[in-house]
Amino acid sequence: MTAAVTLHQVRAMSWRSMLAIIRQPTLVVPSLIFPLFFAALGTSSFSRAIELPGFPRVDSFLDFALAGTIVQGVLFGSTVGASALATDIQTGFFDRLLASPVSRLSVLVGRLAGASAFGAAQAAMFTLVLMPFGVTVRSGVAGFVVIVVSGGLVGLAFGALMAAMALRTGSAEAVQGAFPLLFIVLFFSSAFFPRQTMSGVYARIADVNPVSYLVEGIRALVVDGFGVRAVVEALAVPGALAAATLALSLAALNARIRAS
Amino acid sequence: MSATTRAAGALAVRNLRNIRRLPAAFFPALLMPVFQMIAFSGTFFAVTRLPGFPTDRSVNWFLPLGVCMGSAFSGIGIGFSTIRDLETGFYDRLRMTPSPRAALLLGPLLSAWARTLIVITVVMVIGVAAGARPTSGVWAMVPLVMAGLALSTIGVGWALALAYRFRDMRGAAIMQLSVFLTLFLTSAQTPLDVMQGWLRQVARVNPFTYVLDLARQGFLEGVAWNTTLVGVGAAVPVAALSLLYAWRGLSRLGV
Repeated sequence: MTAAVTLHQVRAMSWRSMLAIIRQPTLVVPSLIFPLFFAALGTSSFSRAIELPGFPRVDSFLDFALAGTIVQGVLFGSTVGASALATDIQTGFFDRLLASPVSRLSVLVGRLAGASAFGAAQAAMFTLVLMPFGVTVRSGVAGFVVIVVSGGLVGLAFGALMAAMALRTGSAEAVQGAFPLLFIVLFFSSAFFPRQTMSGVYARIADVNPVSYLVEGIRALVVDGFGVRAVVEALAVPGALAAATLALSLAALNARIRAS
Repeated sequence: MSATTRAAGALAVRNLRNIRRLPAAFFPALLMPVFQMIAFSGTFFAVTRLPGFPTDRSVNWFLPLGVCMGSAFSGIGIGFSTIRDLETGFYDRLRMTPSPRAALLLGPLLSAWARTLIVITVVMVIGVAAGARPTSGVWAMVPLVMAGLALSTIGVGWALALAYRFRDMRGAAIMQLSVFLTLFLTSAQTPLDVMQGWLRQVARVNPFTYVLDLARQGFLEGVAWNTTLVGVGAAVPVAALSLLYAWRGLSRLGV
């Protein structure tokens, strides 16, 4: 199979997974609405928290909350593509794909491209929606682009993790059941409050949680401006996570193909 | 014992047996408040240092929230099982039996109260282990249980009404979302005096804010008649309305 044919198949499968997201708004609306609701709620509840010792210097809590909102939305949205993959397995569509002359890789990459594009779109949407409410991205257009790319990488990383689960279990219910785990990963990080204000075991967990660093990279682009460290954190952390979870999902794909 | 209480008791026992038979349907309602209490207490630990915050222990603030959320979702869980019964046709067979209609509401309500007591016990044990210290000692439990039972009653009424109306899992999503949003549009995260902006106005008129105050008082300044009366005064009409809504839905079922 030539590279051009494989590329064509990847593109077709990616388009299919993106269309699935667009055509089923009820599946994706919660991952768009809930993070915005929590951002609005947090801004009203914790607006005075920015005066606390150890809190980063920000103009408003909303500036601080944007990064957490993006990562929260992308994490929640990552289950959508994986659930669809699991449904394909349950309904037998996945087996029909394997029986066709389509590249094995394109089956997985197509799904993940959809998850990644959705993550990037969420990052752009959350930033643009919150701007009229006072959010200022200090790093400008360049920072905005990095934030969108970061959203895409986070979508890819967690989409691949969830896809690995879908391929291992073949159950949409199991993928949905893993949703609370994402919630735990998110809450035990600095997504909603700075690590500097945490203490004890909780602070130690947030210190070793990679989500903390990824959120802080995006946050630095919003509140501090364009900087090498912020860009590296915003891109390298989800990039490294994506590499690890892609390896997991490829192993799961190979295991399923062998089992088939 | 009247026919209503006998039938209600049997339905309540059936619902409770479902916890053992289908634990996956109950455990989220049990684990969610525990997780919420621990996660919120840890994440938002520093907000207790804000001037006007009524306690320096974040777990004292978030334990009652976990109890209230878990209690409301214990009631909502009854709605899920009712939808299942409606979908499988069991509920139609139940309605054809000569048992009194009131038992179809009372049974699930008793079961939700039992589930709520399990939730309160588990959250309290883990909360105390995590550092919660009721300022009113054992008396703190009285308003906490009152608020829990009230919210579970509201949850049952609302969930049954939606189950009767939709008769499929579409109702389940609305049940969860509406309760979740309503409970968060209160002083769930910070006291009214600490918050600013739109939420303060919304929370001030949201009756659930005062039910939360009822639950929290034994963990903050201490149990007071005034807070108790306001909390009960806020909870009872909402509970009555939700049960009335469920009763109307039940009456119209199959019409």
